[in-house]
Amino acid sequence: MKYNYYPGCSLEKNAASYHISAMAIAKPLGMEFVEVDDWNCCGATEYVSLNLIASYALIARNLALASKNEETKQLVAPCSACYLNLRKCDSYMSESPTLAEKVNTALAAGGLSYKGGTLKVRHLLDVVVNDIGYDAIAAKVTKPLKGLRVAPYYGCMIVRPKLGQNGSFDNVEYPKTLDKLLKVLGAEVIDFPLKSHCCGGHMTQISEGTGYELIRQLVKGATDYKADLMVTLCPMCQLNLDAFQGPMNAYFDTNYNMPVLYFTQMIGLAMGMDPTDLGIGAELVDARPALAKIEIEVPEPKLVIKKPPKEALPMPSLPEEK
Amino acid sequence: MSSANISPPSEIKHPKSFLEEVIAATPGESHLMNCIQCGTCGGSCPSGQDMDHTPRALFAMIAAGLKEHTLKSNTPWYCVSCYYCTVRCPQSVHITDIMYTLKRMAVKEKIYNDAKAPDFSKTFINWVENYGRAFELGLMSMHMLKHNPFGVFKMAGMGVGMVTKGRMAFTPTRIKGMDGLKAILNKAKELEAVA
Ligand code: SF4
Ligand code: SF4
Ligand code: SF4
Ligand code: SF4
Repeated sequence: MKYNYYPGCSLEKNAASYHISAMAIAKPLGMEFVEVDDWNCCGATEYVSLNLIASYALIARNLALASKNEETKQLVAPCSACYLNLRKCDSYMSESPTLAEKVNTALAAGGLSYKGGTLKVRHLLDVVVNDIGYDAIAAKVTKPLKGLRVAPYYGCMIVRPKLGQNGSFDNVEYPKTLDKLLKVLGAEVIDFPLKSHCCGGHMTQISEGTGYELIRQLVKGATDYKADLMVTLCPMCQLNLDAFQGPMNAYFDTNYNMPVLYFTQMIGLAMGMDPTDLGIGAELVDARPALAKIEIEVPEPKLVIKKPPKEALPMPSLPEEK
Repeated sequence: MSSANISPPSEIKHPKSFLEEVIAATPGESHLMNCIQCGTCGGSCPSGQDMDHTPRALFAMIAAGLKEHTLKSNTPWYCVSCYYCTVRCPQSVHITDIMYTLKRMAVKEKIYNDAKAPDFSKTFINWVENYGRAFELGLMSMHMLKHNPFGVFKMAGMGVGMVTKGRMAFTPTRIKGMDGLKAILNKAKELEAVA
Protein backbone atom coordinates (compact mmCIF):
# COMPACT_ATOMS: atom_id res chain seq x y z
CA MET A 1 0.00 0.00 0.00
CA LYS A 2 1.12 3.56 -0.77
CA TYR A 3 1.42 6.29 1.85
CA ASN A 4 2.51 9.91 2.05
CA TYR A 5 5.26 9.94 4.64
CA TYR A 6 5.99 12.85 6.98
CA PRO A 7 9.26 12.09 8.80
CA GLY A 8 9.45 15.17 11.05
CA CYS A 9 12.64 16.92 12.10
CA SER A 10 13.72 14.41 14.72
CA LEU A 11 13.99 11.63 12.19
CA GLU A 12 16.47 13.60 10.12
CA LYS A 13 19.20 13.31 12.68
CA ASN A 14 18.65 12.49 16.34
CA ALA A 15 16.22 9.68 15.57
CA ALA A 16 17.73 8.65 12.23
CA SER A 17 17.68 5.03 13.42
CA TYR A 18 13.87 5.18 13.62
CA HIS A 19 13.73 6.38 10.00
CA ILE A 20 16.26 3.78 8.82
CA SER A 21 14.43 0.91 10.51
CA ALA A 22 11.04 2.08 9.26
CA MET A 23 12.40 2.12 5.70
CA ALA A 24 14.04 -1.27 6.17
CA ILE A 25 10.81 -3.02 7.16
CA ALA A 26 8.60 -1.11 4.72
CA LYS A 27 9.39 -3.08 1.60
CA PRO A 28 9.15 -6.63 2.97
CA LEU A 29 5.87 -5.69 4.66
CA GLY A 30 4.48 -4.14 1.50
CA MET A 31 4.38 -0.47 2.48
CA GLU A 32 5.48 2.19 0.02
CA PHE A 33 6.35 5.56 1.54
CA VAL A 34 6.45 8.74 -0.52
CA GLU A 35 8.08 11.53 1.47
CA VAL A 36 6.04 14.74 1.46
CA ASP A 37 8.01 17.05 -0.81
CA ASP A 38 9.65 19.95 1.03
CA TRP A 39 7.74 19.34 4.27
CA ASN A 40 8.30 21.72 7.16
CA CYS A 41 8.46 21.27 10.94
CA CYS A 42 5.09 20.86 12.60
CA GLY A 43 6.02 23.25 15.42
CA ALA A 44 5.88 20.54 18.13
CA THR A 45 4.07 21.87 21.20
CA GLU A 46 5.87 25.20 20.98
CA TYR A 47 4.38 27.15 18.09
CA VAL A 48 0.81 26.85 19.31
CA SER A 49 1.95 28.26 22.65
CA LEU A 50 2.64 31.58 20.96
CA ASN A 51 0.53 31.91 17.82
CA LEU A 52 -2.69 30.13 17.05
CA ILE A 53 -3.39 30.79 13.38
CA ALA A 54 0.29 30.69 12.41
CA SER A 55 0.77 27.36 14.19
CA TYR A 56 -2.14 25.79 12.34
CA ALA A 57 -0.98 27.33 9.05
CA LEU A 58 2.48 25.87 9.63
CA ILE A 59 1.02 22.40 10.07
CA ALA A 60 -1.50 22.86 7.27
CA ARG A 61 1.25 23.61 4.74
CA ASN A 62 2.27 19.97 5.13
CA LEU A 63 -1.30 18.75 4.73
CA ALA A 64 -1.66 20.91 1.61
CA LEU A 65 1.55 19.52 0.10
CA ALA A 66 0.64 15.92 0.90
CA SER A 67 -2.87 16.26 -0.47
CA LYS A 68 -1.43 17.08 -3.91
CA ASN A 69 -0.47 13.44 -4.26
CA GLU A 70 -3.32 11.91 -6.26
CA GLU A 71 -2.18 8.35 -5.66
CA THR A 72 -2.90 8.19 -1.96
CA LYS A 73 -4.77 10.22 0.63
CA GLN A 74 -3.10 8.47 3.53
CA LEU A 75 -0.52 10.43 5.49
CA VAL A 76 1.66 8.56 7.93
CA ALA A 77 3.85 10.05 10.67
CA PRO A 78 6.26 8.06 12.84
CA CYS A 79 6.57 10.81 15.49
CA SER A 80 3.69 10.98 17.98
CA ALA A 81 3.88 14.75 18.32
CA CYS A 82 3.80 15.25 14.55
CA TYR A 83 1.00 12.73 14.25
CA LEU A 84 -1.12 14.58 16.78
CA ASN A 85 -0.40 17.99 15.28
CA LEU A 86 -1.29 16.86 11.75
CA ARG A 87 -4.36 15.01 12.94
CA LYS A 88 -5.55 17.85 15.11
CA CYS A 89 -5.10 20.43 12.37
CA ASP A 90 -7.03 18.26 9.92
CA SER A 91 -9.80 17.63 12.43
CA TYR A 92 -10.16 21.25 13.65
CA MET A 93 -10.15 22.53 10.09
CA SER A 94 -13.10 20.21 9.41
CA GLU A 95 -14.94 21.27 12.55
CA SER A 96 -14.36 24.99 12.66
CA PRO A 97 -15.15 26.92 9.45
CA THR A 98 -13.68 30.11 10.95
CA LEU A 99 -10.35 28.44 11.64
CA ALA A 100 -10.34 26.75 8.24
CA GLU A 101 -11.03 30.05 6.51
CA LYS A 102 -8.21 31.87 8.28
CA VAL A 103 -5.74 29.06 7.75
CA ASN A 104 -6.63 28.92 4.07
CA THR A 105 -6.27 32.69 3.68
CA ALA A 106 -2.75 32.29 5.10
CA LEU A 107 -1.98 29.26 2.91
CA ALA A 108 -3.13 31.17 -0.16
CA ALA A 109 -0.26 33.61 0.41
CA GLY A 110 2.00 30.67 -0.42
CA GLY A 111 -0.19 29.39 -3.25
CA LEU A 112 -1.63 26.47 -1.28
CA SER A 113 -4.94 25.32 0.17
CA TYR A 114 -6.29 22.46 2.23
CA LYS A 115 -9.75 21.15 2.97
CA GLY A 116 -10.19 19.42 6.33
CA GLY A 117 -10.87 15.68 5.92
CA THR A 118 -9.03 15.29 2.60
CA LEU A 119 -6.26 13.21 4.13
CA LYS A 120 -6.37 10.40 6.60
CA VAL A 121 -3.63 11.03 9.16
CA ARG A 122 -2.17 7.87 10.67
CA HIS A 123 0.58 6.94 13.09
CA LEU A 124 3.11 4.44 11.76
CA LEU A 125 2.14 1.92 14.45
CA ASP A 126 -1.51 2.12 13.39
CA VAL A 127 -0.55 1.41 9.77
CA VAL A 128 1.66 -1.51 10.72
CA VAL A 129 -0.82 -3.29 12.98
CA ASN A 130 -4.05 -2.43 11.16
CA ASP A 131 -3.14 -2.25 7.46
CA ILE A 132 -0.38 -4.85 7.36
CA GLY A 133 -1.83 -6.78 10.28
CA TYR A 134 -0.54 -9.15 12.93
CA ASP A 135 -0.92 -12.26 10.79
CA ALA A 136 1.08 -10.93 7.87
CA ILE A 137 3.80 -9.86 10.27
CA ALA A 138 3.77 -13.21 12.07
CA ALA A 139 4.31 -14.88 8.70
CA LYS A 140 7.51 -12.89 8.22
CA VAL A 141 9.02 -13.69 11.63
CA THR A 142 12.07 -15.87 11.10
CA LYS A 143 13.92 -15.09 14.31
CA PRO A 144 11.38 -14.81 17.15
CA LEU A 145 12.50 -12.56 20.02
CA LYS A 146 12.08 -15.44 22.42
CA GLY A 147 13.49 -14.86 25.88
CA LEU A 148 13.50 -11.07 25.62
CA ARG A 149 11.40 -9.29 28.25
CA VAL A 150 10.12 -6.00 26.91
CA ALA A 151 8.18 -3.05 28.32
CA PRO A 152 5.91 -1.57 25.64
CA TYR A 153 5.84 2.22 25.99
CA TYR A 154 3.26 4.26 24.07
CA GLY A 155 3.55 7.66 25.72
CA CYS A 156 0.68 10.04 25.43
CA MET A 157 0.14 11.68 22.08
CA ILE A 158 -0.23 8.52 20.06
CA VAL A 159 -3.50 7.61 21.78
CA ARG A 160 -4.78 10.88 23.24
CA PRO A 161 -6.93 12.86 22.78
CA LYS A 162 -9.91 11.45 20.93
CA LEU A 163 -10.56 13.52 17.85
CA GLY A 164 -13.29 13.62 15.24
CA GLN A 165 -15.30 10.57 14.39
CA ASN A 166 -12.56 8.03 14.63
CA GLY A 167 -11.49 9.03 18.11
CA SER A 168 -8.25 7.17 18.60
CA PHE A 169 -6.98 3.99 16.95
CA ASP A 170 -6.22 2.41 20.33
CA ASN A 171 -7.59 2.72 23.87
CA VAL A 172 -6.79 6.16 25.30
CA GLU A 173 -5.87 4.85 28.75
CA TYR A 174 -4.85 1.24 28.18
CA PRO A 175 -3.59 0.79 24.64
CA LYS A 176 -2.81 -2.75 23.49
CA THR A 177 -1.64 -2.68 19.86
CA LEU A 178 2.08 -2.50 20.62
CA ASP A 179 1.74 -5.23 23.28
CA LYS A 180 0.09 -7.51 20.76
CA LEU A 181 2.62 -6.72 18.07
CA LEU A 182 5.57 -7.50 20.34
CA LYS A 183 3.94 -10.79 21.34
CA VAL A 184 3.58 -11.68 17.68
CA LEU A 185 7.32 -11.04 17.35
CA GLY A 186 7.88 -13.65 20.06
CA ALA A 187 8.94 -11.35 22.91
CA GLU A 188 7.79 -11.72 26.49
CA VAL A 189 5.68 -8.61 27.03
CA ILE A 190 5.15 -7.21 30.51
CA ASP A 191 1.83 -5.63 31.42
CA PHE A 192 3.45 -2.24 31.87
CA PRO A 193 1.20 -0.06 34.03
CA LEU A 194 2.91 3.17 32.97
CA LYS A 195 2.65 2.42 29.28
CA SER A 196 0.64 5.49 28.34
CA HIS A 197 2.04 7.84 30.96
CA CYS A 198 3.88 10.94 29.84
CA CYS A 199 7.66 11.25 29.55
CA GLY A 200 7.50 15.01 29.92
CA GLY A 201 8.16 16.13 26.35
CA HIS A 202 10.26 19.30 26.46
CA MET A 203 9.92 19.62 30.24
CA THR A 204 13.60 18.88 30.90
CA GLN A 205 14.22 22.29 29.30
CA ILE A 206 11.75 24.17 31.41
CA SER A 207 11.93 22.55 34.81
CA GLU A 208 14.54 19.80 35.00
CA GLY A 209 13.25 18.37 38.29
CA THR A 210 9.75 17.89 36.89
CA GLY A 211 11.07 16.45 33.63
CA TYR A 212 13.54 14.07 35.21
CA GLU A 213 10.96 12.78 37.70
CA LEU A 214 8.65 11.73 34.87
CA ILE A 215 11.55 9.96 33.15
CA ARG A 216 12.64 8.32 36.41
CA GLN A 217 9.21 6.85 37.09
CA LEU A 218 9.09 5.24 33.65
CA VAL A 219 12.59 3.82 33.75
CA LYS A 220 12.12 2.62 37.33
CA GLY A 221 8.82 1.01 36.39
CA ALA A 222 10.39 -0.96 33.55
CA THR A 223 13.34 -1.92 35.77
CA ASP A 224 11.07 -3.11 38.61
CA TYR A 225 9.24 -5.31 36.14
CA LYS A 226 12.60 -6.77 35.13
CA ALA A 227 12.30 -5.71 31.52
CA ASP A 228 15.41 -6.16 29.38
CA LEU A 229 14.49 -3.12 27.34
CA MET A 230 11.76 -0.60 26.63
CA VAL A 231 10.15 -0.30 23.21
CA THR A 232 9.00 3.13 21.93
CA LEU A 233 7.28 4.56 18.90
CA CYS A 234 8.15 8.24 19.24
CA PRO A 235 11.51 9.99 18.73
CA MET A 236 10.92 12.39 21.61
CA CYS A 237 10.09 9.54 23.99
CA GLN A 238 13.25 7.75 22.88
CA LEU A 239 15.32 10.89 23.38
CA ASN A 240 13.92 11.47 26.86
CA LEU A 241 14.23 7.88 28.05
CA ASP A 242 17.56 7.10 26.42
CA ALA A 243 19.64 10.28 26.08
CA PHE A 244 18.30 11.90 29.23
CA GLN A 245 18.63 8.72 31.29
CA GLY A 246 22.23 9.67 32.17
CA PRO A 247 21.45 13.22 33.31
CA MET A 248 18.41 11.84 35.16
CA ASN A 249 20.64 9.34 36.98
CA ALA A 250 23.03 12.16 37.87
CA TYR A 251 20.16 14.28 39.15
CA PHE A 252 18.75 11.60 41.45
CA ASP A 253 21.98 9.78 42.18
CA THR A 254 20.61 6.54 40.73
CA ASN A 255 22.11 4.12 38.24
CA TYR A 256 19.32 2.85 36.03
CA ASN A 257 20.48 1.21 32.87
CA MET A 258 17.46 0.58 30.66
CA PRO A 259 17.97 0.41 26.89
CA VAL A 260 15.29 1.91 24.66
CA LEU A 261 14.65 0.74 21.08
CA TYR A 262 12.02 1.50 18.45
CA PHE A 263 9.26 -0.95 17.56
CA THR A 264 10.42 -0.85 13.95
CA GLN A 265 13.82 -2.14 15.08
CA MET A 266 12.13 -4.99 16.96
CA ILE A 267 10.17 -5.95 13.85
CA GLY A 268 13.36 -5.90 11.78
CA LEU A 269 15.22 -8.07 14.29
CA ALA A 270 12.41 -10.61 14.36
CA MET A 271 12.51 -10.68 10.56
CA GLY A 272 16.17 -11.63 10.82
CA MET A 273 17.60 -8.34 9.63
CA ASP A 274 21.09 -7.18 10.53
CA PRO A 275 20.99 -4.87 13.60
CA THR A 276 23.25 -2.31 11.92
CA ASP A 277 20.83 -2.07 8.99
CA LEU A 278 18.21 -1.11 11.56
CA GLY A 279 20.29 1.70 13.06
CA ILE A 280 20.89 -0.24 16.27
CA GLY A 281 23.98 1.02 18.07
CA ALA A 282 23.03 4.71 18.21
CA GLU A 283 21.51 4.38 21.68
CA LEU A 284 23.26 6.10 24.55
CA VAL A 285 22.20 3.33 26.93
CA ASP A 286 23.86 0.29 25.38
CA ALA A 287 21.30 -2.21 24.08
CA ARG A 288 23.87 -4.88 23.25
CA PRO A 289 23.81 -6.80 26.56
CA ALA A 290 20.02 -7.12 26.32
CA LEU A 291 20.16 -8.29 22.70
CA ALA A 292 23.01 -10.69 23.48
CA LYS A 293 20.51 -12.53 25.68
CA ILE A 294 18.75 -13.70 22.55
CA GLU A 295 21.96 -14.20 20.63
CA ILE A 296 21.81 -11.06 18.59
CA GLU A 297 25.30 -9.69 18.14
CA VAL A 298 25.66 -6.01 17.54
CA PRO A 299 29.12 -4.91 16.45
CA GLU A 300 30.88 -2.21 18.45
CA PRO A 301 29.36 0.99 17.10
CA LYS A 302 31.59 3.10 14.88
CA LEU A 303 32.15 6.47 16.45
CA VAL A 304 31.54 9.37 14.15
CA ILE A 305 33.64 12.30 15.19
CA LYS A 306 32.56 15.09 12.96
CA LYS A 307 33.51 18.64 13.80
CA PRO A 308 30.61 21.06 13.70
CA PRO A 309 30.76 23.67 10.96
CA LYS A 310 32.24 26.87 12.30
CA GLU A 311 29.32 29.16 11.84
CA ALA A 312 26.85 26.66 13.25
CA LEU A 313 27.92 26.19 16.85
CA PRO A 314 24.92 26.40 19.12
CA MET A 315 25.19 29.76 20.79
CA PRO A 316 22.83 31.31 23.31
CA SER A 317 21.30 33.75 20.88
CA LEU A 318 18.48 33.71 18.45
CA PRO A 319 19.05 33.62 14.72
CA GLU A 320 19.22 37.19 13.44
CA GLU A 321 16.07 38.71 12.17
CA LYS A 322 16.24 39.96 8.61
CA MET B 1 -21.37 13.83 24.80
CA SER B 2 -24.29 14.82 26.97
CA SER B 3 -23.28 18.44 27.24
CA ALA B 4 -23.31 19.11 23.51
CA ASN B 5 -26.65 20.91 23.42
CA ILE B 6 -25.92 23.34 26.24
CA SER B 7 -22.55 24.37 24.84
CA PRO B 8 -21.90 28.05 24.42
CA PRO B 9 -21.49 29.39 20.91
CA SER B 10 -17.92 28.64 19.89
CA GLU B 11 -17.53 31.74 17.84
CA ILE B 12 -17.95 34.54 20.35
CA LYS B 13 -17.49 37.80 18.45
CA HIS B 14 -17.21 40.33 21.27
CA PRO B 15 -16.11 38.68 24.51
CA LYS B 16 -17.72 40.31 27.53
CA SER B 17 -15.74 38.54 30.23
CA PHE B 18 -12.37 36.87 30.70
CA LEU B 19 -14.11 33.49 30.45
CA GLU B 20 -15.52 34.43 27.05
CA GLU B 21 -12.16 35.76 25.95
CA VAL B 22 -10.55 32.41 26.71
CA ILE B 23 -13.31 30.50 24.94
CA ALA B 24 -13.09 32.75 21.88
CA ALA B 25 -9.32 32.26 21.63
CA THR B 26 -9.51 28.46 21.75
CA PRO B 27 -10.11 26.63 18.45
CA GLY B 28 -13.30 24.61 18.12
CA GLU B 29 -15.70 23.87 20.96
CA SER B 30 -13.73 24.13 24.22
CA HIS B 31 -16.69 23.35 26.56
CA LEU B 32 -14.99 25.46 29.23
CA MET B 33 -18.37 26.91 30.20
CA ASN B 34 -19.44 23.42 31.29
CA CYS B 35 -16.73 22.78 33.91
CA ILE B 36 -18.36 21.43 37.05
CA GLN B 37 -15.25 21.79 39.24
CA CYS B 38 -15.00 18.06 39.87
CA GLY B 39 -11.20 18.05 40.04
CA THR B 40 -10.64 15.02 37.82
CA CYS B 41 -8.17 17.04 35.75
CA GLY B 42 -5.93 17.97 38.67
CA GLY B 43 -5.98 14.39 39.93
CA SER B 44 -4.81 13.13 36.54
CA CYS B 45 -2.04 15.64 36.02
CA PRO B 46 1.58 14.41 36.06
CA SER B 47 2.87 17.94 36.67
CA GLY B 48 0.30 18.72 39.36
CA GLN B 49 2.77 18.94 42.21
CA ASP B 50 4.77 21.69 40.58
CA MET B 51 1.85 23.77 39.41
CA ASP B 52 0.78 26.95 41.22
CA HIS B 53 -2.84 25.96 40.64
CA THR B 54 -4.51 22.75 39.55
CA PRO B 55 -6.33 23.02 36.21
CA ARG B 56 -9.60 22.94 38.18
CA ALA B 57 -8.56 25.87 40.36
CA LEU B 58 -7.40 27.76 37.29
CA PHE B 59 -10.80 27.31 35.65
CA ALA B 60 -12.51 28.64 38.78
CA MET B 61 -10.23 31.67 38.59
CA ILE B 62 -11.12 32.18 34.94
CA ALA B 63 -14.81 32.00 35.74
CA ALA B 64 -14.28 34.54 38.52
CA GLY B 65 -12.62 36.88 36.02
CA LEU B 66 -9.22 36.89 37.75
CA LYS B 67 -7.34 37.55 34.54
CA GLU B 68 -3.99 38.71 35.85
CA HIS B 69 -3.83 35.99 38.50
CA THR B 70 -4.61 33.36 35.92
CA LEU B 71 -2.08 34.54 33.37
CA LYS B 72 0.63 34.80 36.02
CA SER B 73 0.12 31.21 37.13
CA ASN B 74 2.87 28.79 36.09
CA THR B 75 0.25 26.10 35.49
CA PRO B 76 -0.04 26.34 31.68
CA TRP B 77 3.77 26.38 31.34
CA TYR B 78 4.04 23.19 33.36
CA CYS B 79 1.47 21.42 31.24
CA VAL B 80 3.26 18.67 29.32
CA SER B 81 0.36 18.11 26.89
CA CYS B 82 -0.30 14.54 28.01
CA TYR B 83 -4.06 14.91 27.41
CA TYR B 84 -4.96 12.71 30.38
CA CYS B 85 -7.22 15.43 31.80
CA THR B 86 -8.84 15.95 28.42
CA VAL B 87 -9.84 12.32 27.93
CA ARG B 88 -11.01 11.98 31.55
CA CYS B 89 -12.97 15.20 31.98
CA PRO B 90 -16.66 14.28 32.41
CA GLN B 91 -17.65 17.52 30.67
CA SER B 92 -15.37 17.14 27.63
CA VAL B 93 -13.55 20.36 28.41
CA HIS B 94 -10.62 20.76 25.99
CA ILE B 95 -8.24 21.37 28.88
CA THR B 96 -4.93 20.99 27.05
CA ASP B 97 -6.03 23.39 24.30
CA ILE B 98 -7.07 25.90 26.96
CA MET B 99 -3.59 25.67 28.48
CA TYR B 100 -2.17 26.66 25.08
CA THR B 101 -4.63 29.55 24.91
CA LEU B 102 -3.52 30.80 28.32
CA LYS B 103 0.14 30.63 27.30
CA ARG B 104 -0.59 32.70 24.20
CA MET B 105 -2.52 35.26 26.24
CA ALA B 106 0.23 35.51 28.86
CA VAL B 107 2.85 36.09 26.17
CA LYS B 108 0.68 38.66 24.42
CA GLU B 109 0.05 40.59 27.60
CA LYS B 110 3.63 39.99 28.75
CA ILE B 111 2.53 38.78 32.15
CA TYR B 112 4.33 35.62 33.12
CA ASN B 113 6.55 35.18 36.14
CA ASP B 114 9.32 33.04 34.70
CA ALA B 115 10.63 33.68 31.20
CA LYS B 116 12.23 30.25 30.78
CA ALA B 117 9.30 28.47 29.18
CA PRO B 118 8.18 31.27 26.83
CA ASP B 119 11.82 31.70 25.85
CA PHE B 120 12.12 28.05 24.90
CA SER B 121 9.06 28.37 22.68
CA LYS B 122 10.44 31.55 21.09
CA THR B 123 13.84 30.04 20.38
CA PHE B 124 12.20 26.99 18.81
CA ILE B 125 9.91 29.08 16.65
CA ASN B 126 12.72 31.30 15.51
CA TRP B 127 14.47 28.35 13.94
CA VAL B 128 11.29 27.17 12.30
CA GLU B 129 10.54 30.62 10.93
CA ASN B 130 14.00 30.93 9.43
CA TYR B 131 14.70 27.40 8.26
CA GLY B 132 11.33 25.67 8.12
CA ARG B 133 12.75 22.86 10.20
CA ALA B 134 13.88 22.46 13.77
CA PHE B 135 16.66 20.55 15.42
CA GLU B 136 15.63 19.83 18.93
CA LEU B 137 19.03 18.96 20.33
CA GLY B 138 20.90 21.99 19.10
CA LEU B 139 18.02 24.02 20.34
CA MET B 140 18.21 22.42 23.74
CA SER B 141 21.90 23.24 24.09
CA MET B 142 21.19 26.82 23.06
CA HIS B 143 18.40 27.14 25.52
CA MET B 144 20.46 25.62 28.27
CA LEU B 145 23.45 27.90 27.66
CA LYS B 146 21.18 30.84 28.08
CA HIS B 147 19.24 29.75 31.13
CA ASN B 148 21.42 27.31 32.97
CA PRO B 149 25.05 27.74 31.90
CA PHE B 150 26.25 25.56 34.76
CA GLY B 151 23.81 22.85 33.84
CA VAL B 152 25.68 22.51 30.57
CA PHE B 153 28.59 20.88 32.36
CA LYS B 154 26.30 18.28 33.87
CA MET B 155 24.91 17.63 30.42
CA ALA B 156 28.28 17.51 28.70
CA GLY B 157 28.46 13.72 28.82
CA MET B 158 25.17 13.41 27.06
CA GLY B 159 26.17 16.00 24.44
CA VAL B 160 29.40 14.16 23.66
CA GLY B 161 27.46 10.90 23.46
CA MET B 162 25.00 12.32 21.00
CA VAL B 163 27.79 13.77 18.85
CA THR B 164 29.83 10.56 18.77
CA LYS B 165 26.74 8.52 17.96
CA GLY B 166 26.05 10.87 15.08
CA ARG B 167 22.75 12.02 16.55
CA MET B 168 23.56 15.70 17.01
CA ALA B 169 22.69 18.14 14.25
CA PHE B 170 24.31 21.53 14.36
CA THR B 171 22.02 23.38 12.04
CA PRO B 172 18.53 22.59 10.86
CA THR B 173 17.98 21.85 7.19
CA ARG B 174 16.51 24.73 5.25
CA ILE B 175 13.46 23.92 3.16
CA LYS B 176 13.24 24.94 -0.50
CA GLY B 177 9.95 26.77 -0.14
CA MET B 178 11.13 29.14 2.58
CA ASP B 179 9.73 32.22 0.83
CA GLY B 180 6.33 30.63 0.53
CA LEU B 181 6.38 29.52 4.15
CA LYS B 182 7.34 33.01 5.30
CA ALA B 183 4.51 34.51 3.29
CA ILE B 184 2.07 32.03 4.85
CA LEU B 185 3.23 32.74 8.39
CA ASN B 186 3.21 36.51 7.91
CA LYS B 187 -0.31 36.40 6.56
CA ALA B 188 -1.35 34.16 9.47
CA LYS B 189 0.07 36.60 11.98
CA GLU B 190 -1.80 39.47 10.33
CA LEU B 191 -5.02 37.50 10.74
CA GLU B 192 -4.08 36.70 14.30
CA ALA B 193 -3.73 40.36 15.15
CA VAL B 194 -7.26 41.20 14.02
CA ALA B 195 -8.83 38.11 15.60
S1 SF4 C 1 7.29 17.14 16.59
FE1 SF4 C 1 9.36 17.74 16.71
S2 SF4 C 1 10.29 16.66 15.24
FE2 SF4 C 1 8.17 16.30 14.84
S3 SF4 C 1 8.16 17.84 13.15
FE3 SF4 C 1 7.49 18.58 14.96
S4 SF4 C 1 9.22 19.70 15.77
FE4 SF4 C 1 9.84 18.59 14.17
S1 SF4 D 1 5.35 10.49 25.87
FE1 SF4 D 1 6.57 12.25 25.85
S2 SF4 D 1 7.45 12.48 23.85
FE2 SF4 D 1 5.99 10.89 23.72
S3 SF4 D 1 4.19 11.98 23.10
FE3 SF4 D 1 4.08 12.11 25.32
S4 SF4 D 1 5.18 13.94 25.87
FE4 SF4 D 1 5.59 13.53 23.72
S1 SF4 E 1 -12.19 17.50 34.89
FE1 SF4 E 1 -13.36 18.84 33.57
S2 SF4 E 1 -15.20 19.31 34.72
FE2 SF4 E 1 -13.76 18.43 36.18
S3 SF4 E 1 -12.75 20.24 37.05
FE3 SF4 E 1 -11.49 19.57 35.34
S4 SF4 E 1 -12.25 20.76 33.61
FE4 SF4 E 1 -13.77 20.93 35.19
S1 SF4 F 1 -2.56 17.85 29.58
FE1 SF4 F 1 -1.52 19.30 30.87
S2 SF4 F 1 -3.00 19.90 32.40
FE2 SF4 F 1 -3.78 18.05 31.44
S3 SF4 F 1 -3.12 16.42 32.76
FE3 SF4 F 1 -1.57 16.63 31.15
S4 SF4 F 1 -0.07 18.04 31.99
FE4 SF4 F 1 -1.89 18.20 33.28
